[in-house]
Amino acid sequence: MFYIYCPHCGEHREEEEFHAKGQAHIARPADPDSCSDKEWGEYLYFRKNPRGLHHEMWVHAAGCRKFFNVTRDTVSYEIKEVYKIGERPSVVAAGN
Amino acid sequence: MQHYSGFGLLKHALSYHENWQRVWRNPTPKKKYDVIIVGGGGHGLATAYYLAKEHGITNVAVIEKGYLGGGNTARNTTIVRSNYLWDEAAHLYEHAMKLWEGLSQDLNYNVMFSQRGVLNLGHTLQDMRDIQRRVNANRLNGIDGEVLDTKGVQEIVPMMDCSANTRYPVLGASWQPRAGVARHDAVAWGFARAADSYGVDLIQQTEVVDMIIEDGAIVGVKTNRHGDIKADRVGCVVAGNSGVLANMAGFELPLESHPLQALVSEPIKPILDTVVMSNHVHGYVSQSDKGDLVIGAGIDGYNGYGQRGSYPTIEHTVAAIIELFPIFSRVRMNRQWGGIVDTCPDACPIISATPVENLFFNCGWGTGGFKATPGSGNVFAATLAKGEAHPLAKPFSMFRFYDGSLIDEHGAAGVAH
Ligand SMILES: Cc1cc2nc3c(=O)[nH]c(=O)nc-3n(C[C@H](O)[C@H](O)[C@H](O)COP(=O)(O)OP(=O)(O)OC[C@H]3O[C@@H](n4cnc5c(N)ncnc54)[C@H](O)[C@@H]3O)c2cc1C
Ligand SMILES: [Zn+2]
Repeated sequence: MFYIYCPHCGEHREEEEFHAKGQAHIARPADPDSCSDKEWGEYLYFRKNPRGLHHEMWVHAAGCRKFFNVTRDTVSYEIKEVYKIGERPSVVAAGN
Repeated sequence: MQHYSGFGLLKHALSYHENWQRVWRNPTPKKKYDVIIVGGGGHGLATAYYLAKEHGITNVAVIEKGYLGGGNTARNTTIVRSNYLWDEAAHLYEHAMKLWEGLSQDLNYNVMFSQRGVLNLGHTLQDMRDIQRRVNANRLNGIDGEVLDTKGVQEIVPMMDCSANTRYPVLGASWQPRAGVARHDAVAWGFARAADSYGVDLIQQTEVVDMIIEDGAIVGVKTNRHGDIKADRVGCVVAGNSGVLANMAGFELPLESHPLQALVSEPIKPILDTVVMSNHVHGYVSQSDKGDLVIGAGIDGYNGYGQRGSYPTIEHTVAAIIELFPIFSRVRMNRQWGGIVDTCPDACPIISATPVENLFFNCGWGTGGFKATPGSGNVFAATLAKGEAHPLAKPFSMFRFYDGSLIDEHGAAGVAH
């Protein structure tokens, strides 16, 4: 059971108020029409799926309905930090 | 291989069952194999078996980091069915179904395949339209199926609440009589024993920690216990860990690993002789031969490798089951666990060549690959033997996510199973 801090509401709330939204920091290609099939496919579907530190988006679905980022360990499930969209993570895996 | 039979059972009774031959060897790996299979779950073991049996390739090792069949194979709720919507998926799962139907004889091992039928309930008009469409598609593909109305469902499961007073009334169901359940461990053990009898080396407690790649082609794997082991071809069948293995080989897959949970009750007397699944209220239940109710939940929404999930997911599932079966409300739950499933964006597997030559992946079965175990092994063995996709595996290339030829089975695979 996660107890997640929403940086917009400034409060810890229970997991059920939130939805996980997958890998964070995926930039939409600036000019989709000039993408190859491979580039576009990778943007849409291919994902980092790390065993360990992961940067992911969550949405406070049953709260303020805003998105934010979380750095979380996918094995221990420990949440290392929460930061806003547009900000960079401060906890990163070695070699990243 | 010692042949199992009723007569053998009697004979061994005379020596108090103390002289049974070991079911498989525990070999030290060779320096090099024709094919290495990474992952000793049901799919990996089935692959090894069919490589030996159908393609005469017996210089094969299966490398498993834990014990055989201890991953999702051990953790799943064992539902077997083939009523998928699209031709590509229907043909693949039906191929597996046909193999299931002769599997115990083929392996000389009782996999306890029980064709007790599966109901997929519909609770809304749209559910019923989708069910009609899917059953029609199944029939055109030669797969058995019927559309039942509420009364038809009630006849099959008299103690389910099919009244109009529930929050999500049961409007009907799809019914596949040939579907059912099998004994998960027996499937892994049966394939392992049969593969071993052809000379396949089953290497347990050995983790693949890296891939040895030269000039864009794989030539072997690095292990934590037995050093480097060389191979002409490598097949990865590691379910939830596929992303980790792909990362070792230097590419990404269109997969995310999620916890998927199940739970079983205390054993009770026979009460449910079929399998009931509901996409809409999101729960499914069957009763094992031991008597426990086997209940499956949905995936947890976040990525995770922890082989455990969140309590709200369990609560949600149990609420759905009790809505359907008020009679179960006081049954006590005995155990709960999670497995790590590799979900694919189109809810279909990946059986594929990769950007690395001679390296193949069989993954992405997500929440529903147990039912495919023999078929998956069968087509993946052919793919590894020939170096090109088996015709049934062809549509499931990972490169479909580049050209857009996805096979959307979210409808048929909707509830995790
Ligand atoms: C709770 C739950 C319920 C399910 N219910 C159903 C159901 O009702 N019907 C259905 O059809 N499917 C169901 N599934 C899905 C099904 O279990 C899987 O799709 C299927 O078992 C996958 O088989 P596998 O052999 O590919 O994977 P696994 O059995 O997980 O085998 C993969 C093996 O690879 C090994 N491995 C991983 N990394 C390494 C490494 N680096 N080196 C060596 N070995 C490694 C693992 O230890 C593991 O033993 C369910 C899954 C879960 C978790
Ligand atoms: Zn909020």
